[in-house]
Amino acid sequence: MPQTMFDKLWGAHEVSDGLIYTDLHLVHEVTSPQAFDGLRLAKRGVRRPDKTIATADHNVPTDGTMAARLIADELSRIQVETLERNCEEFGIPIYSLGSERQGIVHVIGPELGVTQPGMTIVCGDSHTSTHGAFGSLAFGIGTSEVEHVLATQCLVQKRPKTMRISYSGELGAGVTPKDLILATIGRLGTGGMVGHAVEYAGPAIEALSMPGRMTICNMTIEGGGRAGMIAPDENTFEWVRGKPAAPQDFDAAVERWRQLPTDEGASFDTEVEIDAASLSPMVTWGTTPGMVIEVTDSVPDPAAMDSPADRESAERALTYMALEPGTPMTEVRPERVFIGSCTNSRIEDLREAAAVVDGRKVAGSVRGMVVPGSQQVKAEAEAEGLHDVFRAAGFEWREAGCSMCLGMNPDILIEGERCASTSNRNFEGRQGKGGRTHLVSPKMAAAAAIEGHFVDIRDWS
Amino acid sequence: MRPVDVIEGKVSVLDRADIDTDQIIPKQFLKRVERTGFGEFLFYDWIRSGEIELEPNPILIAGRNFGCGSSREHAPWALEDFGFQAIIAPSFADIFYSNCTKIGLLPAILDEQHCRAVAEAGEARIDVDDETVTSAAGVFEFAVEPDVKHRLLNGLDDIGITLENAGAIDSFEQSGAAERGPVTTAL
Repeated sequence: MPQTMFDKLWGAHEVSDGLIYTDLHLVHEVTSPQAFDGLRLAKRGVRRPDKTIATADHNVPTDGTMAARLIADELSRIQVETLERNCEEFGIPIYSLGSERQGIVHVIGPELGVTQPGMTIVCGDSHTSTHGAFGSLAFGIGTSEVEHVLATQCLVQKRPKTMRISYSGELGAGVTPKDLILATIGRLGTGGMVGHAVEYAGPAIEALSMPGRMTICNMTIEGGGRAGMIAPDENTFEWVRGKPAAPQDFDAAVERWRQLPTDEGASFDTEVEIDAASLSPMVTWGTTPGMVIEVTDSVPDPAAMDSPADRESAERALTYMALEPGTPMTEVRPERVFIGSCTNSRIEDLREAAAVVDGRKVAGSVRGMVVPGSQQVKAEAEAEGLHDVFRAAGFEWREAGCSMCLGMNPDILIEGERCASTSNRNFEGRQGKGGRTHLVSPKMAAAAAIEGHFVDIRDWS
Repeated sequence: MRPVDVIEGKVSVLDRADIDTDQIIPKQFLKRVERTGFGEFLFYDWIRSGEIELEPNPILIAGRNFGCGSSREHAPWALEDFGFQAIIAPSFADIFYSNCTKIGLLPAILDEQHCRAVAEAGEARIDVDDETVTSAAGVFEFAVEPDVKHRLLNGLDDIGITLENAGAIDSFEQSGAAERGPVTTAL
C-alpha cells in the first residue's frame, strides 16, 4: 500500500504501539531544568546522551556577554548555569554562551548536520517543526515529555492525522517563503492544522532552498500543526553533505533518504491546494499569526466579520494594536524593526535583508536590530561584510540568540512600541508588555526600516 | 501525579478564542528553575491591568484553540497551581492538551454551545470515567483517549509505564536502525 512520508517515519520509529523512538533530542535552558530535577528525584539517568545536544538561546543577552556567569539578569544567569551543570552531570554535549557553535537551537541543529532526513527530532520548544524541512518528523514537547525522552529516549504519542498542502505555480518576485506560510495560516486559521502532521509539497516548495523550507516548517505550529515536513531532495542532501555530523557513508545514507518521499497514490486525511503564484507579501495586523493580510490591503473591519467570536477577537486585537479599520497597511509606521529568530535568522535571510538596505539609511523614526541565529551565521555574515552593510544603514548588529522574538532577554519592546518583525508570533506582549508586533519577511522588514512604514516590496526601489 | 476521577464545583469563565500560552504565563516567569509557584503569575498582564477577573474555582471554561503557541508546560503548571483542576473548551492546541494530561490537569472538549451552557449554569461535575460533564444545563459527553484516561484515573507516571517496556526499547536499539543517526557526543 502506498505510504505518506509521515507513515514511513512513524512506522520506522514505533517501538511498540504509540511509543515512538527519538533519534535526536535538542535541549535548551528554559524547558529543561525541571526535567533534570525530575530525573534526579527518581534516581534516573539520561538513556542516550549521544543522541542529545544542548545550547543556550532563549535567555541569553545579545550584547556581547560571552559567558553564563557574566549574564547580568540573575534569573537568566541561574537558568543558563543550571543548564551547563545539568549537561555536565549527565554527559550531554552543550554549546553554551561563549561557544562558537552557540545559537538558536533550531538554527544550530541543521548547521551542525545533526538534523538529517528520516529522523525523529524533539525539543521542548514548539518551533521544533523547523527540522521537518529535511524530511524528518520533528515536533515540540513539554517539560514532562522532555524528562520522558531523557529517561527513555522514547515518547508516548497519539498518531496524528495527515495533511498535505500542495502549492502549484511559483512564488512571484518579492514573495518569500515567509509570505507563503503566513498566507497559508491566514487561509486555514490558527487552528486549521490542529492534530495533523503537515506535508508541504508541490513545485513551489520543490523550488525552495533549505532555509526557505525551514521558515515554512517552522511556522507550522502557528497553524496548530503537530509537525511540518518537506520531502528530502538534492537540495537537502547537498545541505547535509560536509556538515560536522554528516553520515560517514554519505552515499548509503542518501540511498536510504531517497526512499522517504510520499509514494504516488498515498492518501492523506486532509488535502489542501494553494496557488503559490497568487500569493503576495503579507503583514499581520492583529494578535495571532492568522490575522494577516496582503501588504496592499487595509486593516479589516471587525463589523464585516460573520462569526461573533471572530468579531470579538478582531475588535480586541485592533484595540491592542492601536489600528483603525480601513487604514492601508502601507500607512502603518513601525518604530522598531527586528530581523532574527528561528524563523528568519539564517545567512540567506540576512543576505536578503542586506540587499534591501545596502547603501540606504534606516528612517530617523526607526530603531533596527539584526540578530544572527547562531555564532556561525554571524561569522559567515561578517566574512561577507553583511554586518558593515547593516551598520552603515544604521542597524544594530548583535550576538546570536532568540532575542526579541520572545522578550525573555534584555531585547524587548517598550509599552506601545510597534515593531516589524521577522519572528513567528504576534501575540499580545510577546515581544514585551504592550508591544505591537507585525510579522513580515526579512525583505519587508528591511524595507519598512528604510521607509519608516510598510511598503510593497514588489514595486519598491 | 495524583489520580483524577471526579472534579466538581464552581466554574470560572474566560470567553475568548485563541488564548495563547504567552498570556497564560508571560515569558518573564519562565526563568524560574522550579516547578511550583507559577499560580500567582497566571494571566499576569490581563489580571494586573484589570482586563479580566478570575476566581480559583476547580473548573475553567474558555474559548476555542485554548493554549496555542509556545510548548511551555509552565502554562498548565500555572493553571493548576492557581487552583484549576479541569479546563473545558471547544478545542485545545495539541501540545498544551498533552502537557495538561501529563500533570493531571483535565482538558475536556465540549462544543461551543455546551461550553456556554455549562458556563451559564455556573457549577459542574466532571466524571473522567464516564466522560461526562453534568450541570444544571444537562449532561454533556466528552472524549478522552483510553490510555490517557487510564493514567489519569490511576495517577500513573508516564515514565514508569514506559520503563516497564524497557526490553522493547533495547530490542529496537539493537535492531540497528536507531544507531544510524548522528552521534552528538562525537562532534
